[in-house]
Amino acid sequence: MKHYVIIGNGVAAVGCIEGIRSLDKNAKITVISEENRAVYSRPLISYYLEDKTDLERINYRSPDFYDKMGCEVLYGKKAVRLYCNLKNDIDSDLVTNNQKKVVVSDGTVLDYTSVCVATGSVPFIPNIEGLDEVKDKFCFMTLDDAEALKSAVNSKSRVLIIGAGLIGLKCAEGLHNRVASITVCDLADRVLSSVLEDDGAAIMKRHLETNGIKFMLSDTVMQFKKHTAIMKSGRQVEFDVLVLASGVRPNTGLIKDAGGEVNRGIIVNDRMQTSLADVYAAGDCTEGNDVSFGGRRVLALLPNAYMQGFTAGVNMAGGNEVYDKAIAMNSVGFFGLHAMTAGVYNGEIYEEKDESSLKRLFVKDGYLVGFIIVGRVERAGIYTSLIRERTPLSEIGFDILKKDATTAAFPSNVRRKMFEGVV
Amino acid sequence: MRVSNMKRIYVNEEWCLGCRLCEYNCAFANSGLKDMVTALKGKPIYPRIRVEDNQRITYAVSCRHCTDPICVKSCIAGAMYKENSVVKLDKSKCVKCLTCMLVCPFGALTIGENGVVQKCELCLQNSCGEPACVKGCPNRAIVYEERGEAE
Repeated sequence: MKHYVIIGNGVAAVGCIEGIRSLDKNAKITVISEENRAVYSRPLISYYLEDKTDLERINYRSPDFYDKMGCEVLYGKKAVRLYCNLKNDIDSDLVTNNQKKVVVSDGTVLDYTSVCVATGSVPFIPNIEGLDEVKDKFCFMTLDDAEALKSAVNSKSRVLIIGAGLIGLKCAEGLHNRVASITVCDLADRVLSSVLEDDGAAIMKRHLETNGIKFMLSDTVMQFKKHTAIMKSGRQVEFDVLVLASGVRPNTGLIKDAGGEVNRGIIVNDRMQTSLADVYAAGDCTEGNDVSFGGRRVLALLPNAYMQGFTAGVNMAGGNEVYDKAIAMNSVGFFGLHAMTAGVYNGEIYEEKDESSLKRLFVKDGYLVGFIIVGRVERAGIYTSLIRERTPLSEIGFDILKKDATTAAFPSNVRRKMFEGVV
Repeated sequence: MRVSNMKRIYVNEEWCLGCRLCEYNCAFANSGLKDMVTALKGKPIYPRIRVEDNQRITYAVSCRHCTDPICVKSCIAGAMYKENSVVKLDKSKCVKCLTCMLVCPFGALTIGENGVVQKCELCLQNSCGEPACVKGCPNRAIVYEERGEAE
Protein backbone atom coordinates (compact mmCIF):
# COMPACT_ATOMS: atom_id res chain seq x y z
CA MET A 1 0.00 0.00 0.00
CA LYS A 2 1.11 3.52 -0.69
CA HIS A 3 2.48 5.31 2.33
CA TYR A 4 2.93 9.06 2.50
CA VAL A 5 5.06 10.39 5.31
CA ILE A 6 4.89 14.01 6.39
CA ILE A 7 7.68 15.30 8.61
CA GLY A 8 6.29 18.18 10.62
CA ASN A 9 2.80 18.99 11.84
CA GLY A 10 2.26 22.64 11.05
CA VAL A 11 0.15 24.35 8.42
CA ALA A 12 2.26 23.05 5.52
CA ALA A 13 1.53 19.53 6.79
CA VAL A 14 -2.20 20.26 6.80
CA GLY A 15 -1.97 21.56 3.25
CA CYS A 16 -0.09 18.40 2.31
CA ILE A 17 -2.67 16.11 3.95
CA GLU A 18 -5.54 17.93 2.25
CA GLY A 19 -3.66 17.88 -1.05
CA ILE A 20 -3.08 14.12 -0.85
CA ARG A 21 -6.69 13.45 0.11
CA SER A 22 -7.99 15.56 -2.76
CA LEU A 23 -6.78 12.73 -4.99
CA ASP A 24 -6.12 9.67 -2.86
CA LYS A 25 -8.68 8.82 -0.21
CA ASN A 26 -7.15 5.55 0.90
CA ALA A 27 -3.38 5.55 1.11
CA LYS A 28 -1.73 5.55 4.50
CA ILE A 29 -0.53 8.91 5.80
CA THR A 30 1.83 9.23 8.75
CA VAL A 31 2.61 12.60 10.30
CA ILE A 32 5.67 13.01 12.51
CA SER A 33 4.99 15.76 15.04
CA GLU A 34 7.79 17.02 17.23
CA GLU A 35 5.37 19.07 19.30
CA ASN A 36 2.96 17.16 21.46
CA ARG A 37 -0.04 18.96 20.02
CA ALA A 38 -2.51 18.82 17.19
CA VAL A 39 -1.84 21.46 14.54
CA TYR A 40 -2.42 24.99 15.79
CA SER A 41 -2.11 28.43 14.22
CA ARG A 42 1.45 29.33 15.06
CA PRO A 43 1.15 33.08 14.39
CA LEU A 44 -1.63 33.16 17.00
CA ILE A 45 0.62 32.53 19.98
CA SER A 46 0.79 36.29 20.65
CA TYR A 47 -3.01 36.42 20.64
CA TYR A 48 -2.92 33.61 23.17
CA LEU A 49 -0.88 35.87 25.48
CA GLU A 50 -3.53 38.54 25.01
CA ASP A 51 -6.36 36.07 25.71
CA LYS A 52 -7.74 36.76 22.24
CA THR A 53 -7.62 33.05 21.58
CA ASP A 54 -7.33 30.00 23.81
CA LEU A 55 -6.03 26.45 23.66
CA GLU A 56 -9.18 25.31 21.87
CA ARG A 57 -9.70 28.08 19.35
CA ILE A 58 -6.03 28.25 18.44
CA ASN A 59 -6.39 24.83 16.80
CA TYR A 60 -6.02 25.24 13.06
CA ARG A 61 -8.40 22.40 12.28
CA SER A 62 -11.25 20.64 14.08
CA PRO A 63 -10.40 18.04 16.75
CA ASP A 64 -11.41 15.16 14.45
CA PHE A 65 -9.20 16.41 11.60
CA TYR A 66 -6.63 13.58 11.61
CA ASP A 67 -9.30 10.91 12.02
CA LYS A 68 -11.37 12.32 9.21
CA MET A 69 -8.30 12.49 7.00
CA GLY A 70 -7.19 9.01 7.97
CA CYS A 71 -3.78 10.06 9.29
CA GLU A 72 -1.68 8.53 11.97
CA VAL A 73 0.21 11.14 13.98
CA LEU A 74 3.38 10.25 15.87
CA TYR A 75 3.36 12.88 18.61
CA GLY A 76 6.48 13.96 20.46
CA LYS A 77 8.70 12.31 17.85
CA LYS A 78 11.28 13.65 15.51
CA ALA A 79 12.55 12.43 12.19
CA VAL A 80 16.27 11.95 12.67
CA ARG A 81 17.34 10.68 9.27
CA LEU A 82 15.91 10.55 5.79
CA TYR A 83 17.05 7.99 3.25
CA CYS A 84 16.15 8.13 -0.37
CA ASN A 85 17.14 6.56 -3.64
CA LEU A 86 20.54 8.11 -4.00
CA LYS A 87 23.59 6.08 -4.89
CA ASN A 88 25.88 8.12 -2.67
CA ASP A 89 23.78 7.47 0.41
CA ILE A 90 26.05 4.81 1.85
CA ASP A 91 26.42 5.44 5.54
CA SER A 92 23.83 2.92 6.63
CA ASP A 93 22.78 -0.68 6.10
CA LEU A 94 19.31 0.65 5.45
CA VAL A 95 20.17 1.65 1.94
CA THR A 96 21.78 -1.55 0.75
CA ASN A 97 18.51 -2.34 -0.99
CA ASN A 98 18.13 1.24 -2.04
CA GLN A 99 15.16 1.73 0.22
CA LYS A 100 13.30 4.91 0.97
CA LYS A 101 13.05 5.27 4.71
CA VAL A 102 12.55 7.77 7.50
CA VAL A 103 14.17 6.99 10.83
CA VAL A 104 12.19 8.31 13.78
CA SER A 105 13.69 9.38 17.13
CA ASP A 106 12.21 6.38 18.95
CA GLY A 107 13.95 4.01 16.54
CA THR A 108 10.92 3.35 14.35
CA VAL A 109 11.74 3.12 10.66
CA LEU A 110 9.04 4.14 8.20
CA ASP A 111 9.02 3.12 4.54
CA TYR A 112 7.55 5.71 2.28
CA THR A 113 6.18 6.05 -1.22
CA SER A 114 6.86 9.76 -1.02
CA VAL A 115 7.73 12.07 1.82
CA CYS A 116 7.15 15.74 2.50
CA VAL A 117 9.59 17.63 4.69
CA ALA A 118 7.65 20.38 6.44
CA THR A 119 9.97 21.05 9.33
CA GLY A 120 9.49 24.81 9.51
CA SER A 121 12.15 27.02 10.99
CA VAL A 122 14.18 27.21 14.14
CA PRO A 123 14.94 30.32 16.17
CA PHE A 124 18.31 31.93 15.70
CA ILE A 125 19.98 32.33 19.09
CA PRO A 126 22.53 35.13 19.11
CA ASN A 127 25.85 34.44 20.71
CA ILE A 128 25.95 36.96 23.57
CA GLU A 129 28.29 36.85 26.51
CA GLY A 130 26.47 35.94 29.73
CA LEU A 131 23.33 34.69 27.96
CA ASP A 132 23.66 31.30 29.67
CA GLU A 133 23.40 32.99 33.07
CA VAL A 134 20.04 34.58 32.22
CA LYS A 135 17.44 32.42 33.92
CA ASP A 136 14.15 33.64 32.50
CA LYS A 137 14.80 33.62 28.78
CA PHE A 138 12.41 32.49 26.08
CA CYS A 139 12.06 32.10 22.38
CA PHE A 140 8.68 32.91 20.88
CA MET A 141 8.03 30.27 18.25
CA THR A 142 5.76 27.65 19.73
CA LEU A 143 2.70 27.42 21.93
CA ASP A 144 4.93 25.83 24.56
CA ASP A 145 7.10 28.98 24.43
CA ALA A 146 4.00 31.15 24.85
CA GLU A 147 2.72 29.12 27.79
CA ALA A 148 6.11 29.22 29.51
CA LEU A 149 6.36 32.97 28.93
CA LYS A 150 2.83 33.50 30.21
CA SER A 151 3.62 31.78 33.48
CA ALA A 152 6.98 33.53 33.86
CA VAL A 153 5.64 37.10 33.75
CA ASN A 154 3.57 39.14 36.17
CA SER A 155 2.46 42.74 36.50
CA LYS A 156 5.86 43.72 37.87
CA SER A 157 7.94 42.12 35.12
CA ARG A 158 10.31 44.23 33.09
CA VAL A 159 10.64 42.53 29.72
CA LEU A 160 13.49 42.91 27.27
CA ILE A 161 12.88 41.67 23.73
CA ILE A 162 15.78 41.26 21.34
CA GLY A 163 14.42 41.75 17.84
CA ALA A 164 11.92 44.31 16.52
CA GLY A 165 10.68 42.05 13.75
CA LEU A 166 7.25 40.47 13.40
CA ILE A 167 7.87 37.90 16.12
CA GLY A 168 9.38 40.32 18.64
CA LEU A 169 6.74 42.99 18.17
CA LYS A 170 3.77 40.59 18.21
CA CYS A 171 5.24 39.22 21.43
CA ALA A 172 5.44 42.78 22.80
CA GLU A 173 1.81 43.41 21.92
CA GLY A 174 0.78 40.11 23.45
CA LEU A 175 2.59 40.86 26.70
CA HIS A 176 1.80 44.55 27.15
CA ASN A 177 -1.21 44.06 29.44
CA ARG A 178 0.54 41.47 31.58
CA VAL A 179 3.79 43.21 32.45
CA ALA A 180 5.20 46.46 33.87
CA SER A 181 7.41 47.44 30.96
CA ILE A 182 8.63 46.25 27.60
CA THR A 183 11.83 47.34 25.88
CA VAL A 184 12.59 46.14 22.36
CA CYS A 185 16.07 46.42 20.91
CA ASP A 186 17.22 45.72 17.38
CA LEU A 187 20.40 46.23 15.47
CA ALA A 188 18.35 47.63 12.58
CA ASP A 189 17.53 51.34 12.62
CA ARG A 190 13.78 50.75 12.28
CA VAL A 191 11.05 48.38 13.40
CA LEU A 192 9.84 45.54 11.14
CA SER A 193 12.90 46.04 8.95
CA SER A 194 12.16 42.95 6.85
CA VAL A 195 8.75 44.25 5.72
CA LEU A 196 8.69 48.04 6.15
CA GLU A 197 10.83 50.87 4.82
CA ASP A 198 11.70 54.04 6.70
CA ASP A 199 8.39 55.97 6.62
CA GLY A 200 6.06 53.06 7.31
CA ALA A 201 8.32 51.85 10.09
CA ALA A 202 8.36 55.33 11.65
CA ILE A 203 4.55 55.46 11.73
CA MET A 204 4.38 52.00 13.27
CA LYS A 205 7.09 52.75 15.82
CA ARG A 206 5.32 55.92 16.96
CA HIS A 207 2.10 53.98 17.33
CA LEU A 208 3.80 51.26 19.37
CA GLU A 209 5.48 53.89 21.57
CA THR A 210 2.10 55.54 22.17
CA ASN A 211 1.01 52.17 23.48
CA GLY A 212 3.87 51.98 25.93
CA ILE A 213 6.50 49.94 24.08
CA LYS A 214 10.02 51.35 24.44
CA PHE A 215 12.64 50.97 21.72
CA MET A 216 16.40 50.89 21.50
CA LEU A 217 17.13 50.75 17.79
CA SER A 218 20.50 50.55 16.07
CA ASP A 219 21.52 48.94 19.30
CA THR A 220 21.93 45.46 20.67
CA VAL A 221 23.02 43.58 23.75
CA MET A 222 26.76 43.02 24.03
CA GLN A 223 26.72 41.33 27.42
CA PHE A 224 24.37 40.10 30.10
CA LYS A 225 25.12 40.42 33.77
CA LYS A 226 22.22 38.46 35.24
CA HIS A 227 19.37 41.01 35.17
CA THR A 228 21.29 43.73 33.40
CA ALA A 229 21.84 43.98 29.68
CA ILE A 230 24.81 46.03 28.60
CA MET A 231 24.13 47.52 25.24
CA LYS A 232 26.46 48.29 22.38
CA SER A 233 25.68 51.99 22.91
CA GLY A 234 26.91 51.67 26.47
CA ARG A 235 23.43 52.02 27.93
CA GLN A 236 22.20 49.47 30.43
CA VAL A 237 18.78 47.85 30.63
CA GLU A 238 17.45 46.20 33.78
CA PHE A 239 15.08 43.34 33.02
CA ASP A 240 13.40 40.33 34.61
CA VAL A 241 12.39 38.38 31.53
CA LEU A 242 14.24 38.11 28.22
CA VAL A 243 12.68 37.19 24.87
CA LEU A 244 14.97 36.16 22.01
CA ALA A 245 13.39 37.11 18.69
CA SER A 246 16.33 37.93 16.49
CA GLY A 247 15.23 35.81 13.61
CA VAL A 248 14.62 32.32 12.37
CA ARG A 249 16.47 29.89 10.15
CA PRO A 250 14.89 27.30 7.87
CA ASN A 251 15.15 23.86 9.41
CA THR A 252 16.97 22.09 6.60
CA GLY A 253 19.09 19.46 8.38
CA LEU A 254 17.28 16.35 7.16
CA ILE A 255 17.61 17.25 3.49
CA LYS A 256 21.19 18.43 3.88
CA ASP A 257 22.16 15.16 5.58
CA ALA A 258 20.38 13.19 2.88
CA GLY A 259 22.46 14.97 0.23
CA GLY A 260 19.69 17.18 -1.12
CA GLU A 261 20.18 20.66 -2.46
CA VAL A 262 19.98 23.30 0.24
CA ASN A 263 20.77 26.99 0.10
CA ARG A 264 19.30 29.15 2.88
CA GLY A 265 16.27 26.90 2.67
CA ILE A 266 15.55 23.56 1.03
CA ILE A 267 15.50 24.18 -2.71
CA VAL A 268 12.13 23.31 -4.24
CA ASN A 269 10.67 23.72 -7.71
CA ASP A 270 7.12 24.86 -8.45
CA ARG A 271 5.84 21.34 -7.81
CA MET A 272 7.53 21.37 -4.39
CA GLN A 273 9.99 18.66 -5.36
CA THR A 274 13.40 18.77 -3.76
CA SER A 275 16.49 17.58 -5.62
CA LEU A 276 15.91 14.12 -4.10
CA ALA A 277 13.63 11.57 -5.75
CA ASP A 278 10.16 11.29 -4.15
CA VAL A 279 11.12 13.86 -1.54
CA TYR A 280 9.02 17.01 -1.38
CA ALA A 281 9.28 19.98 0.93
CA ALA A 282 6.88 22.75 1.91
CA GLY A 283 6.58 25.73 4.21
CA ASP A 284 9.10 27.82 6.11
CA CYS A 285 11.94 25.33 5.60
CA THR A 286 11.93 25.85 1.84
CA GLU A 287 13.37 28.23 -0.68
CA GLY A 288 11.14 28.42 -3.73
CA ASN A 289 10.33 30.81 -6.55
CA ASP A 290 8.94 34.23 -5.74
CA VAL A 291 7.25 35.72 -8.83
CA SER A 292 7.70 39.32 -7.73
CA PHE A 293 11.33 38.79 -6.77
CA GLY A 294 12.10 36.85 -9.93
CA GLY A 295 14.13 34.17 -8.21
CA ARG A 296 14.18 31.83 -5.28
CA ARG A 297 13.92 33.00 -1.70
CA VAL A 298 12.70 31.82 1.67
CA LEU A 299 9.10 32.94 2.22
CA ALA A 300 8.28 32.08 5.80
CA LEU A 301 4.59 32.97 5.61
CA LEU A 302 1.60 30.97 6.68
CA PRO A 303 -0.42 31.28 3.43
CA ASN A 304 2.63 30.19 1.49
CA ALA A 305 3.10 27.20 3.79
CA TYR A 306 -0.45 26.01 3.20
CA MET A 307 -0.29 26.45 -0.57
CA GLN A 308 3.10 24.80 -0.88
CA GLY A 309 1.91 21.94 1.32
CA PHE A 310 -1.22 21.46 -0.75
CA THR A 311 0.81 21.48 -3.96
CA ALA A 312 3.26 18.93 -2.55
CA GLY A 313 0.38 16.73 -1.41
CA VAL A 314 -1.37 16.68 -4.78
CA ASN A 315 1.88 15.82 -6.55
CA MET A 316 2.80 13.15 -4.00
CA ALA A 317 -0.53 11.51 -4.72
CA GLY A 318 0.23 11.45 -8.44
CA GLY A 319 -1.43 14.69 -9.48
CA ASN A 320 0.09 17.58 -11.33
CA GLU A 321 -0.19 20.73 -9.28
CA VAL A 322 1.98 23.78 -9.77
CA TYR A 323 2.36 26.64 -7.31
CA ASP A 324 3.99 29.41 -9.26
CA LYS A 325 2.35 32.42 -7.69
CA ALA A 326 4.24 32.76 -4.45
CA ILE A 327 5.08 36.27 -3.33
CA ALA A 328 6.20 37.76 -0.06
CA MET A 329 3.20 39.26 1.72
CA ASN A 330 2.22 40.21 5.21
CA SER A 331 -0.74 41.61 7.04
CA VAL A 332 0.05 42.62 10.55
CA GLY A 333 -1.61 44.91 13.06
CA PHE A 334 -0.42 46.35 16.35
CA PHE A 335 -2.83 47.98 18.78
CA GLY A 336 -5.35 48.55 16.00
CA LEU A 337 -2.98 49.96 13.35
CA HIS A 338 -2.58 47.66 10.37
CA ALA A 339 0.19 47.32 7.86
CA MET A 340 -0.04 45.31 4.67
CA THR A 341 2.92 44.62 2.45
CA ALA A 342 3.56 42.51 -0.62
CA GLY A 343 6.18 41.79 -3.24
CA VAL A 344 9.45 43.66 -3.62
CA TYR A 345 10.26 47.29 -3.04
CA ASN A 346 11.95 48.57 -6.15
CA GLY A 347 10.98 50.42 -9.30
CA GLU A 348 8.94 53.58 -9.75
CA ILE A 349 7.09 54.74 -6.67
CA TYR A 350 3.56 56.04 -6.33
CA GLU A 351 3.04 57.42 -2.88
CA GLU A 352 0.34 58.89 -0.62
CA LYS A 353 1.41 59.86 2.85
CA ASP A 354 0.22 61.64 5.95
CA GLU A 355 0.94 61.57 9.69
CA SER A 356 -0.62 58.21 10.39
CA SER A 357 -0.89 56.41 7.07
CA LEU A 358 1.18 55.51 4.08
CA LYS A 359 0.60 53.95 0.72
CA ARG A 360 3.60 53.20 -1.44
CA LEU A 361 3.21 51.23 -4.66
CA PHE A 362 6.19 49.96 -6.65
CA VAL A 363 5.92 49.65 -10.43
CA LYS A 364 8.59 48.04 -12.55
CA ASP A 365 8.62 47.28 -16.27
CA GLY A 366 4.88 47.82 -16.51
CA TYR A 367 3.95 45.60 -13.59
CA LEU A 368 3.00 46.30 -10.01
CA VAL A 369 5.74 44.47 -8.11
CA GLY A 370 5.19 45.53 -4.52
CA PHE A 371 3.40 47.74 -2.01
CA ILE A 372 3.55 48.98 1.54
CA ILE A 373 0.29 50.20 3.03
CA VAL A 374 -0.01 51.38 6.61
CA GLY A 375 -3.38 52.45 7.92
CA ARG A 376 -5.95 52.38 5.11
CA VAL A 377 -5.65 48.75 4.14
CA GLU A 378 -9.14 48.10 2.75
CA ARG A 379 -9.17 46.14 -0.50
CA ALA A 380 -5.38 45.91 -0.67
CA GLY A 381 -6.04 42.40 -2.00
CA ILE A 382 -6.76 43.94 -5.40
CA TYR A 383 -3.14 45.16 -5.49
CA THR A 384 -1.82 41.84 -4.16
CA SER A 385 -3.62 40.06 -6.94
CA LEU A 386 -2.03 42.30 -9.60
CA ILE A 387 1.40 41.35 -8.28
CA ARG A 388 0.62 37.65 -7.92
CA GLU A 389 -1.00 37.35 -11.35
CA ARG A 390 1.63 39.57 -13.04
CA THR A 391 -1.14 41.61 -14.64
CA PRO A 392 0.33 44.05 -17.21
CA LEU A 393 -0.69 47.50 -15.99
CA SER A 394 -1.27 48.55 -19.60
CA GLU A 395 -4.31 46.24 -19.60
CA ILE A 396 -5.99 47.95 -16.67
CA GLY A 397 -6.75 51.47 -15.56
CA PHE A 398 -3.84 51.94 -13.20
CA ASP A 399 -4.19 55.74 -13.00
CA ILE A 400 -7.45 55.29 -11.12
CA LEU A 401 -6.40 52.07 -9.44
CA LYS A 402 -3.25 53.45 -7.86
CA LYS A 403 -5.37 56.02 -6.00
CA ASP A 404 -8.27 53.77 -5.17
CA ALA A 405 -8.13 49.99 -4.96
CA THR A 406 -11.30 49.18 -6.87
CA THR A 407 -12.23 46.68 -9.55
CA ALA A 408 -14.21 49.54 -11.14
CA ALA A 409 -10.91 50.80 -12.54
CA PHE A 410 -10.53 47.69 -14.69
CA PRO A 411 -11.73 47.82 -18.30
CA SER A 412 -15.12 46.17 -18.71
CA ASN A 413 -13.78 43.08 -20.50
CA VAL A 414 -11.40 42.35 -17.62
CA ARG A 415 -14.10 43.02 -15.07
CA ARG A 416 -16.63 40.83 -16.86
CA LYS A 417 -14.20 37.96 -16.83
CA MET A 418 -13.52 38.47 -13.13
CA PHE A 419 -17.16 38.60 -12.15
CA GLU A 420 -18.36 36.13 -14.79
CA GLY A 421 -21.11 38.30 -16.12
CA VAL A 422 -22.20 41.65 -17.43
CA VAL A 423 -20.11 43.80 -15.17
CA MET B 1 -27.62 17.16 -6.21
CA ARG B 2 -27.25 20.23 -4.04
CA VAL B 3 -28.86 22.46 -6.63
CA SER B 4 -29.51 25.41 -4.34
CA ASN B 5 -25.89 25.41 -3.23
CA MET B 6 -24.60 25.90 -6.73
CA LYS B 7 -26.34 29.24 -7.00
CA ARG B 8 -24.17 32.31 -6.91
CA ILE B 9 -24.65 36.04 -6.91
CA TYR B 10 -24.16 37.82 -10.22
CA VAL B 11 -24.42 41.51 -10.92
CA ASN B 12 -25.38 43.52 -13.99
CA GLU B 13 -23.81 46.94 -14.22
CA GLU B 14 -26.13 47.98 -17.01
CA TRP B 15 -29.08 47.61 -14.70
CA CYS B 16 -27.50 48.89 -11.48
CA LEU B 17 -28.92 52.27 -10.49
CA GLY B 18 -26.26 52.87 -7.85
CA CYS B 19 -29.00 53.34 -5.25
CA ARG B 20 -27.08 51.35 -2.61
CA LEU B 21 -30.25 49.70 -1.32
CA CYS B 22 -28.30 46.44 -1.36
CA GLU B 23 -25.84 47.87 1.17
CA TYR B 24 -28.68 48.86 3.49
CA ASN B 25 -30.54 45.59 3.07
CA CYS B 26 -27.34 43.68 3.74
CA ALA B 27 -26.50 45.66 6.86
CA PHE B 28 -30.06 45.20 8.14
CA ALA B 29 -30.23 41.46 7.39
CA ASN B 30 -26.98 40.91 9.27
CA SER B 31 -27.81 43.23 12.18
CA GLY B 32 -29.83 40.60 13.99
CA LEU B 33 -32.51 43.24 14.62
CA LYS B 34 -36.16 43.02 13.59
CA ASP B 35 -36.77 46.61 12.69
CA MET B 36 -34.83 48.32 9.88
CA VAL B 37 -35.13 51.79 11.37
CA THR B 38 -33.73 50.71 14.75
CA ALA B 39 -30.98 48.80 12.98
CA LEU B 40 -29.80 51.51 10.61
CA LYS B 41 -31.13 54.99 11.36
CA GLY B 42 -28.46 57.45 12.37
CA LYS B 43 -25.77 54.77 12.67
CA PRO B 44 -22.76 53.89 10.59
CA ILE B 45 -23.65 50.83 8.55
CA TYR B 46 -21.44 47.81 7.94
CA PRO B 47 -22.62 46.09 4.77
CA ARG B 48 -20.91 43.03 3.36
CA ILE B 49 -21.67 44.20 -0.15
CA ARG B 50 -20.37 47.42 -1.65
CA VAL B 51 -21.42 49.39 -4.67
CA GLU B 52 -18.41 50.20 -6.83
CA ASP B 53 -18.52 53.31 -8.93
CA ASN B 54 -16.23 54.67 -11.65
CA GLN B 55 -18.39 57.61 -12.69
CA ARG B 56 -19.65 55.72 -15.71
CA ILE B 57 -20.98 52.53 -14.22
CA THR B 58 -21.98 51.12 -10.85
CA TYR B 59 -22.23 47.54 -9.65
CA ALA B 60 -22.25 45.72 -6.35
CA VAL B 61 -19.38 43.55 -5.10
CA SER B 62 -19.67 40.86 -2.47
CA CYS B 63 -17.88 37.55 -1.87
CA ARG B 64 -17.64 35.41 -5.02
CA HIS B 65 -17.43 32.18 -3.02
CA CYS B 66 -14.51 31.17 -5.24
CA THR B 67 -14.05 27.57 -6.33
CA ASP B 68 -10.52 27.73 -4.95
CA PRO B 69 -10.77 30.41 -2.27
CA ILE B 70 -7.39 31.98 -1.56
CA CYS B 71 -8.75 33.58 1.62
CA VAL B 72 -9.46 30.14 3.10
CA LYS B 73 -5.99 28.89 2.21
CA SER B 74 -4.38 32.05 3.60
CA CYS B 75 -6.28 32.46 6.87
CA ILE B 76 -3.68 32.29 9.61
CA ALA B 77 -6.24 31.34 12.23
CA GLY B 78 -7.95 28.50 10.39
CA ALA B 79 -11.10 30.59 10.82
CA MET B 80 -12.23 30.42 7.20
CA TYR B 81 -13.65 27.37 5.51
CA LYS B 82 -15.85 26.32 2.66
CA GLU B 83 -19.02 24.40 3.40
CA ASN B 84 -21.61 23.44 0.80
CA SER B 85 -20.01 25.83 -1.69
CA VAL B 86 -20.26 28.78 0.70
CA VAL B 87 -17.10 30.45 2.01
CA LYS B 88 -17.63 31.06 5.70
CA LEU B 89 -15.84 32.81 8.53
CA ASP B 90 -15.83 31.51 12.10
CA LYS B 91 -15.73 34.82 13.97
CA SER B 92 -14.87 33.14 17.26
CA LYS B 93 -11.53 32.04 15.77
CA CYS B 94 -10.78 35.21 13.79
CA VAL B 95 -8.05 37.39 15.32
CA LYS B 96 -8.58 40.32 12.91
CA CYS B 97 -5.17 40.02 11.27
CA LEU B 98 -6.81 40.91 7.92
CA THR B 99 -4.74 38.45 5.88
CA CYS B 100 -7.98 37.55 4.04
CA MET B 101 -8.26 41.19 2.95
CA LEU B 102 -4.64 41.15 1.86
CA VAL B 103 -5.31 38.32 -0.59
CA CYS B 104 -8.89 38.74 -1.86
CA PRO B 105 -8.68 39.89 -5.51
CA PHE B 106 -12.18 41.37 -5.37
CA GLY B 107 -11.81 43.42 -2.21
CA ALA B 108 -14.86 41.55 -0.97
CA LEU B 109 -14.07 41.29 2.72
CA THR B 110 -14.86 44.26 4.88
CA ILE B 111 -14.20 45.47 8.40
CA GLY B 112 -17.35 45.54 10.46
CA GLU B 113 -18.31 47.06 13.78
CA ASN B 114 -15.48 47.00 16.35
CA GLY B 115 -12.96 45.93 13.74
CA VAL B 116 -14.37 42.46 13.12
CA VAL B 117 -13.89 40.99 9.69
CA GLN B 118 -17.08 40.23 7.86
CA LYS B 119 -18.09 38.74 4.56
CA CYS B 120 -21.15 37.74 2.59
CA GLU B 121 -22.45 34.33 3.57
CA LEU B 122 -25.46 34.64 1.25
CA CYS B 123 -27.76 35.41 4.21
CA LEU B 124 -28.00 31.67 4.81
CA GLN B 125 -26.85 32.27 8.38
CA ASN B 126 -29.27 35.09 9.21
CA SER B 127 -33.04 35.39 9.44
CA CYS B 128 -33.38 36.55 5.85
CA GLY B 129 -32.48 33.07 4.61
CA GLU B 130 -31.79 34.24 1.05
CA PRO B 131 -29.51 37.05 -0.14
CA ALA B 132 -31.13 40.27 1.07
CA CYS B 133 -29.25 42.29 -1.54
CA VAL B 134 -30.91 40.27 -4.31
CA LYS B 135 -34.36 40.30 -2.72
CA GLY B 136 -34.34 44.05 -2.29
CA CYS B 137 -32.73 45.12 -5.56
CA PRO B 138 -35.34 47.26 -7.31
CA ASN B 139 -33.96 46.68 -10.79
CA ARG B 140 -32.81 43.05 -10.74
CA ALA B 141 -29.20 44.23 -11.06
CA ILE B 142 -28.17 41.57 -8.52
CA VAL B 143 -29.37 38.04 -9.12
CA TYR B 144 -28.86 34.78 -7.30
CA GLU B 145 -28.91 31.95 -9.79
CA GLU B 146 -27.21 28.90 -11.12
CA ARG B 147 -25.04 29.39 -14.16
CA GLY B 148 -22.77 27.00 -15.98
CA GLU B 149 -20.80 24.27 -14.34
CA ALA B 150 -21.12 23.56 -10.67
CA GLU B 151 -18.06 22.63 -8.67
